[in-house]
Amino acid sequence: MAEHIIELKNVVKYYDDTLVIDDVSFYVNKGEFITFLGPSGCGKTTTLRMIAGFDLPTSGQILLNGKDISLLPPNKRPVNTVFQRYALFPHLNVFENVAFGLRCKKVVNTYENDKGEQYKKKEKLSKKEIADKVKKALTLVDLEGFEKRAVSTLSGGQQQRVAIARAIVNEPEILLLDEPLGALDLKMRKEMQIELKEMHRRLGITFIYVTHDQEEALTMSDTIVVMADGVVQQIGTPKGIYDEPANAFVADFIGESNIINGTVVGPRKVRFCGRDFVCVDDFELNEKVDVVVRPEDIEMCAPESGMLKGEVISVVFKGIHYEITVKVGKFEFIVQSTQSRQVGDVIGMNIAPDAIHLMPQKHNTNLFDGVITKHNTVEFAEGEFDCDVTQLYPGSHLDEEEYLITKEGEKLDLTGTEVRVEVSPNDITISDDENAGGTMGNIISMIYKGDHYRLIVRTPEEEEDFVLATPDLWNENDYVSVIIPKDKIKLTLKPAEEKR
Amino acid sequence: MIKKCLKAFYIGLILLVLYAPILLLAVYSFNEVDTLGPMGEFSLKHYAKLFGDPAILEMIANTVVLALVAAALSTILGTAGAIGMFYSKRRTRNLMNGVNQIPVINAEIVTALALAITFVAIGVGKSYFTLVVGHMVLCTPFVVLSVLPKLKQMDHSLYEAALDLGASPMKALFKVVLPEIIPGIISGFMLAVTLSLDDYIITSYCKPSTFSTISTYVYNATMKGNVHTAETLSSFWALTTIIFVIILIVTLAANLTGRKHEKKEVKG
Repeated sequence: MAEHIIELKNVVKYYDDTLVIDDVSFYVNKGEFITFLGPSGCGKTTTLRMIAGFDLPTSGQILLNGKDISLLPPNKRPVNTVFQRYALFPHLNVFENVAFGLRCKKVVNTYENDKGEQYKKKEKLSKKEIADKVKKALTLVDLEGFEKRAVSTLSGGQQQRVAIARAIVNEPEILLLDEPLGALDLKMRKEMQIELKEMHRRLGITFIYVTHDQEEALTMSDTIVVMADGVVQQIGTPKGIYDEPANAFVADFIGESNIINGTVVGPRKVRFCGRDFVCVDDFELNEKVDVVVRPEDIEMCAPESGMLKGEVISVVFKGIHYEITVKVGKFEFIVQSTQSRQVGDVIGMNIAPDAIHLMPQKHNTNLFDGVITKHNTVEFAEGEFDCDVTQLYPGSHLDEEEYLITKEGEKLDLTGTEVRVEVSPNDITISDDENAGGTMGNIISMIYKGDHYRLIVRTPEEEEDFVLATPDLWNENDYVSVIIPKDKIKLTLKPAEEKR
Repeated sequence: MIKKCLKAFYIGLILLVLYAPILLLAVYSFNEVDTLGPMGEFSLKHYAKLFGDPAILEMIANTVVLALVAAALSTILGTAGAIGMFYSKRRTRNLMNGVNQIPVINAEIVTALALAITFVAIGVGKSYFTLVVGHMVLCTPFVVLSVLPKLKQMDHSLYEAALDLGASPMKALFKVVLPEIIPGIISGFMLAVTLSLDDYIITSYCKPSTFSTISTYVYNATMKGNVHTAETLSSFWALTTIIFVIILIVTLAANLTGRKHEKKEVKG
C-alpha cells in the first residue's frame, strides 16, 4: 500500500460565519499528482491553503506523514506553493527570488573537534551551496542565464517558471500549485501542462494541483478530487471519474454529457425517453435515477434500426468531431461523431449498455423545517408561504376566526407550531419578480436534463436549497423569487421529541 | 490665436497671484533696505545677518532636528499602524481607518488644545518630550494614509509566499513587505517633515517656553507691540527665500526622478 503523505480528517472551515469546507476527508499518496477540481468558490483553494498553512481549519485534522500539522505555521511546513499570480518578489532579481527560501533555511551540520568528539551545529547554507542549488533549479525550468534579470522584465511564462524554481529549490515533500496556468494563454498552457507533468516525473515529489479546468485535470492528474460547495463529490482516477461520475454534478462538470431522468424498471434495466434500455448498473426497482450518456458514446444509424429515433436540429463543426443535437420527442441529445449529418435529417441512435451510466438522484424532494405563523401561513427558508394547515390534523377545518377545529371539535391555535415542509421539485416555479414568491435566492447550480433544467436556488442568509425543475433557461447567480402554490406545500407535524 | 493668448494670460495670472508674494520677499531679501517700500541697492546683508546671529541659527537647528525626530518616530509608528490595520479583520480595519482620519480632518487648534489639557491633566510639564509627542500626533495619521495605499497595491500573496519559503513572519515583513511599501514610507516621512517644519499651532501649545521653532519665532516677532525691530525681522526674508529655494529644488528633483522612473518602467 502506498504511503499517505497528506491526510485530511473531517476538516471543516468557516470564514467568519460562512461554511466553506464542510467535513472534507481524503488522503494523498506519496509521489502522486493529485488535482482538486471544481468551479470557483467550491473550496478547492481553501483546502490547498489549509495544507500550505495560510488558513487554519476550524475543526478536523491535517496529517503530514501521520503527524498532525493542522496548526503549524506555513514557514514550519515542508511544503511549497506556486501561487496563482506567481507572487514573485518584485524588488529581487531572478536569482534572489529563487534563493529566498534557501537563505531562510538552516541545516544541521556535524563537525568533529580536536578531541575527536562530534558536535552538531545549525548553520545557514553557504554562498556556494545556494548558488549551486539555484543554478540547478533554474536549469530544471530552462532559465539558465536569467539570474540577474529583474522579474518585471520576464514574460508570463518565464515568471511562472521562476515561481516553480523558487518552490522546488527548497526540495519540498509536497509542491502545491494554485491554478498556476490560469494567467497563461492557451498554447503556453498546453506546453506548461506537459512540462509540469514531466517535472513531476523527474522530481518524484507529490504535486497537489488546483484548477477549475476539467481538461487540465484529466490530462495531468493521477487522481482527481472533484469538489463543489465545500464538499468532496468524488475522488478517483481521471478515467474513473469520466466514465463513472458519482452524481449529476460531476457528470455535468467533467466533459460533455447528456443527463436525463430515468426510472429503474428491472434488473439492469432503465426506462427513459419512453423506452427501456439495458445497462450495467444495478439499482432498486422503481428508483428514480439520473442517466448519463456521454455524447461520444451515442452511435448514429439508420432511423429504423436505432433504439431512439430523432431529428437533427443543429450541427456544429468542432475541429476533430461534429457536435450534433438531436431532438427525440421532447428530449434533446448531444451526439459527437466524426460523421456529419444535415439539419432536418431523421436519424436513429444506439447506446451500448456500458455507455449508460446510472446515478442515484440526490435531490428529488425538498425538505425544510418550518413554523406556522399566526396568519396560518408557514415560515421557512427565509420566507413565508401560504399553506393549508388543515392537513396537519386529518378531518379538521378552520373556523371563521381562523382557529383550527379538529375532527374531535377541539379548538387549536397553531401559531408557533413547528412543522416539516415537503415540496416536490416539479411544483416550484421561479420568477424575476421579487414579490411574486414567498422567498428569494440565488441560482447556484443548473444542469440540463434533456428536456428541462434542474436548478438549485439557495437563500442568501440561511443557505436553504430549493431543488426545482424548469423548462426555461436561467443563468447561474440569478437572484430569483421562489413560488410554491398553496396546495403543493405538504406539511407534517414534527415528532414531539424533535421539538426544541 | 486669441484663445491661445487668453489661455496663457489666464494661467500666467494665476501663477502670478500664487507666487508674487514669495517672489517679492525674495527680491527684497537681496536688497539693502530693512522695510518694504522703496528699493535700495543690491546687498547680501540680510543673509550675513541671518547666518551671523547664533540665536537664529539655533532656532533653525531646533526646528530641523525636531522635524526629523518627530517625522522619524511618526514614520515608524505610522508604518507599523498601517501594516497592523491592513492585516486586521475588516471591522477592526474600518474602525481604525475612521479613528485615523479624525485627527486629519479635525481642526488643528482642537488637537492642540486637547493635547495641552491632557498634559496638564496627567501632570506632565511642557518639555521637549511633549513637543515631540504633539508633533507625532500631528504627523502619524498622514504617514498611515500614505503607507496604506502601497499595502493595498501590493500583491497579497507576497507575504504568504515569503512564509511559504520558510521566512518567519518578522523576516517576511522586513524582507518582503517593507521593500514593497518603501516608497509610501518615504513619502510619509517627507510629508511628516513638512508638516512638522511649518507647524505653529501644536508647537505653541506643546513647547516649553524657552524653546522656539521658526514658525513660533516668526509669529512672535511679527506680533504687534513686539520688541523685535524691523531689522531682525528682515533677516527672515532671507530665511524664507532659502526655504523656498530648498523646497523648489527638492520638488523639482522628486518630480524629475519620478518621471525618469516611470519611463524606465514603461521601457521594462
